[in-house]
Amino acid sequence: MVSPFRIDKSPIEARLSSLLSWRHGVCLVLGCLASMAVAWGQSRVNPAVPSALATLVIWLPFILKGFALNLVISFLAMALATLLGIGLGLIQISLHAVVRAPARFITHLFRNSPWLVILFVVMLIIPVEIRVPTGGKIPIPDWIKATLAFTLPVMGNISEIVRGAVLSIPTGQWESAEGLAFTRSQTLRWIILPQCVRRIIPPWMNWYALLTLSTPIASIFSIHEAVANAQGAMEAAGARPEFLFPFYLFLLCLFFAYIYPIAVWTRNLERKYPVGS
Amino acid sequence: MLELIAPFFRQLYERTGLNFIVFYEPYEFGRFLNGAATSVRLIFWSLLLSLGIGVLGAWTQGARSQALRVGVNAYIQAFRNTPPMIQLLFFYFGLGAFTPSVDMGGYSQPLISSFTWAIISLGIFGGAFNIEIFRAGLEAVPEATQEAAESLGFSRWQTFLYVTLPLAFRISLPALTNNLVSLAKTTSLAYVITVPEMTYVLNQVWSDNINVPEMMLLLFMFYVLVVTLLAAGLHALEHRLALPGYGQ
Amino acid sequence: MDPESNSVGCPWSAEQPIVSLRDVHKSFGTFDVLKGISFDVRKGEVICIIGPSGSGKSTLIRCINALTPIQRGSITVEGQEVNDPKLDKLSLRRKVGIVFQQYNLFPHKTTLENVMMAPLKVLREPKEEVERRARALIAKVRLTGKEDVYPGQLSGGQQQRVAIARSLAMRPNVMLFDEVTAALDPETIKEVLATIKELATEGMTCILVTHEMGFAREVADHVYFTDGGVIVEHGSASQFFTNASDPRTRQFLSQIL
Repeated sequence: MVSPFRIDKSPIEARLSSLLSWRHGVCLVLGCLASMAVAWGQSRVNPAVPSALATLVIWLPFILKGFALNLVISFLAMALATLLGIGLGLIQISLHAVVRAPARFITHLFRNSPWLVILFVVMLIIPVEIRVPTGGKIPIPDWIKATLAFTLPVMGNISEIVRGAVLSIPTGQWESAEGLAFTRSQTLRWIILPQCVRRIIPPWMNWYALLTLSTPIASIFSIHEAVANAQGAMEAAGARPEFLFPFYLFLLCLFFAYIYPIAVWTRNLERKYPVGS
Repeated sequence: MLELIAPFFRQLYERTGLNFIVFYEPYEFGRFLNGAATSVRLIFWSLLLSLGIGVLGAWTQGARSQALRVGVNAYIQAFRNTPPMIQLLFFYFGLGAFTPSVDMGGYSQPLISSFTWAIISLGIFGGAFNIEIFRAGLEAVPEATQEAAESLGFSRWQTFLYVTLPLAFRISLPALTNNLVSLAKTTSLAYVITVPEMTYVLNQVWSDNINVPEMMLLLFMFYVLVVTLLAAGLHALEHRLALPGYGQ
Repeated sequence: MDPESNSVGCPWSAEQPIVSLRDVHKSFGTFDVLKGISFDVRKGEVICIIGPSGSGKSTLIRCINALTPIQRGSITVEGQEVNDPKLDKLSLRRKVGIVFQQYNLFPHKTTLENVMMAPLKVLREPKEEVERRARALIAKVRLTGKEDVYPGQLSGGQQQRVAIARSLAMRPNVMLFDEVTAALDPETIKEVLATIKELATEGMTCILVTHEMGFAREVADHVYFTDGGVIVEHGSASQFFTNASDPRTRQFLSQIL
């Protein structure tokens, strides 16, 4: 039944970002400065002991070094998750039900589990080192295990994105390809997947942001990323309660400074390539 | 209930070595139930708070005050683009340091417990996403339909209550489901501020009893169960509210 | 017909035109859509407004029931000034009903609920009476049996008839029709036009913006041709279609007929 009551069929996510503007960044920076002022005001008690702000500045390089590890984990995990996720997504749309079912199961398993639980499983189940058949031992550092743990849920989500993107290509494309004697895999390779790339990029970037925002979870397992380093710095500098507020606020601002531009970029890409175009 | 299942799990342990101690030992069973209850309560209250914030925030979209709208936008950007775990730590440790303590006669307890801070932090985090979802839903209601209501004599508030809101809610529901399910999973992060929910409790159990794989499995199954129930409930709601004749 | 007094300070009597426009100007930003429209509609008359797209016909209709404000001029409905900043919109909308090109039914309510909603919630009339009237109106537009069906399950023509019934439920004295058949296919257009014709013969004052020249010729008492925001020519239906004097009118008619 054709009806003029049209609900905009473009995905809600594509319209979700509100007005992103530099004003928000300014707000957060002002908030950060304001809290720094508060922290500084608080710490005037004993001039011999460095203030919380000064402590933060001293330990800044150390915390940033940890942040670099967050970024490394995010890049590696994203790269691996993209490869695996695309593969898994293609298997999900395979014509052979035998492989489809396990692929769907894996996708749903990793999409529906909390990231923390996956991390626990990977960290505790994968051994500290593996024995190579030739006789040596390869140590597996903790952060590599964490990277793998982060890969899994993102892989599940990318698999789902790929599946959705392929299914959203109109059947007319498949039919005309068939009429031109393309095989199924040729159709996928030359006709379908190239059209999917545009639709996949914004959700893909969104998942990168979500992945990066989840990397602090690794600090629970004593991996020396930004949060763990910040906590270690607070301990080393005397574990004073007035450190807590500025240090954690700094961490928030640090991640914001990295993720917010990515979010704006994603939003602009969404605008440029609306689904259905 | 423990008496019913205990023998089975005790035998399972004796015969196969699979140690599900939480199901045959009263003390561990008690811990398990407490953890489950805490998790469920945490999920319930955080989701509720996030929904409330979502509705309020979406309502401010029509507010006249520019400062209010910019403020809400800033809040959304701040909480969407920062790690939820650090938000939890910031609320509990950073802001918690400023809250007064209550003297319990011998020791002092903070006025706001870690459980409450977790609800506040997670609710505010989820609320940021919900505001966007509700806003998009409100925007998606065709203006023409609202005009038709106005032409029939409905006041602006009546149009909002009887026409715009029901339609916006139905439109938002799929995205809202996704977000609420995601928030339910994120509540496991409350572990870092020592909220005794499921992850924390089972962690303690496997530290005490060295039955890591079994407890991991249980943890997995718990969350899969919660997520499945929540998603199923919301999908059922979607079905019941679907607009007949308007496709999927 | 309701004998209620409907305006602030300006009682209306049946000899005066029921709808009156005087030098109406309307612009969207810098773009002038209406550049001085004046005409009268007497009670019980059927008026058709025709013209090329962009001539301001739809805007004109929407100004009459205060969906869009005008910049200059005056519109009165039963003596009530529409351009009045202190306009009581509810009393205006009780007098004027409108049917849109896109029907705009409420998709989350059944047909019966759509028709009953406004009298129930806005006028707060008792439920049994509203329901009785709603069912009668649904029968009048020949949709008995579809009371519990949702708009998404109806065809375009059926939805449009529900929209007409819904507007009639508020017991207006003037009905506005904004190109109501433009979104329908030919078979369904007939059923909607039949409904409108019935209303006209029963004495309802109707103002129609339409492309259906055959219908206009058959039913209208008076036809207005607009182009570029002004009324170029008007006349009684019989005279208008056969003896148009202005060259623009003749050109338009020759393209359409």
